Amino acid sequence: MNTSTTDRDELPIAGDDDVVRVRQLVRTFAVKAKLSLVDQTKLVTAASELARNTLNYGGGGTASVELVSNGKRPGIRAVFTDEGPGIPNIDLALTDGWTSGTGLGLGMSGARRLVDEFEVETAVGRGTTVSIVKWAR
Amino acid sequence: MDRVPILKIGDVLLVSIQVDLQDQSVLALQEDLAERITTTGVHGVVIDISGVEIVDSFIGRMFATIASMSRLFDADTVVVGMRPAVAITLVELGLTLGRVRTALDLEKGLAILRRSAAERLVSDGLDESGELDEAVRTDL
Repeated sequence: MNTSTTDRDELPIAGDDDVVRVRQLVRTFAVKAKLSLVDQTKLVTAASELARNTLNYGGGGTASVELVSNGKRPGIRAVFTDEGPGIPNIDLALTDGWTSGTGLGLGMSGARRLVDEFEVETAVGRGTTVSIVKWAR
Repeated sequence: MDRVPILKIGDVLLVSIQVDLQDQSVLALQEDLAERITTTGVHGVVIDISGVEIVDSFIGRMFATIASMSRLFDADTVVVGMRPAVAITLVELGLTLGRVRTALDLEKGLAILRRSAAERLVSDGLDESGELDEAVRTDL
C-alpha cells in the first residue's frame, strides 16, 4: 500500500528550520480542512510553540499532522513527540509565565488556549507527546 | 538562514519582514539592528510585519527586545501592519507586547516617528525658562 497519503504527513524536528517547515505543513493541512483564516493562524501559532518546545526542551523529535473528522466537522490533529527528559510537573508547565528555560512561559499554556483539544503524555526520562486538535467551524 | 534586510530611509531604519522567520534569523535581526542603529545614529525604527502570517511568543518577544534595545540608543520603534488574525491570536496566546508601539500601516508608523522626532527637537531646544530656541522654532 502506498503510505504517502495526503491525509497524514510527518516531519522530523531537529533544527530551527524544521520548526518553520512544521508551520508550513500545518498551514497546508489547515487550508485543506477549510479552517477560517483566524483558526488557521491560531493552529499554526500553537504548532510553532510546540515544535519549538520539542526542539529546545525535548532535544528534537517529530511532528505528525493529519486530517481528522468527528463525523460532522473536519479538523486537524498535530502530534509532537520527543524522547527527551520529560516534564516532571505538568501542571506547572501549563501555568502562564512559568518557564524551565529562558522563554516567556507562554508556549504550553498559550498553545492550549489556541486549540480545541490539548493532551500531554509525559514520563520523566522517557519523553513527551503533545497532541492538539482544531476543528473547522 | 535568511537574513532580514534593513533599509535606511532618511532618519529611519525600515525592516520589512517578508519570510517565515526561523529563530536564528530573529536573533540575527536583533544584532544587525543594534549595529545599524549605532552606526547610523537614526532615531526611529519601523518594523513592517504586513507580510507575516504568524507571530508566536518567540517572534513577539523579539519586538519587545528590539523596542527596549533601540530605546537605549535613543531610537523609537514602531511595529506596523499586523494582520487581524495575527492580532487575535497574539491576545489569546497571552502576549500583550507591553510597551511596543504599533500603527496600522507604514504611513501611520512614520507619522508617529516624525512626531517623536519633533518632540525630541522641542525638548532639546527648550532653554532654562522653558522657551523654545529661535533656531528650533524655525526648524519646526
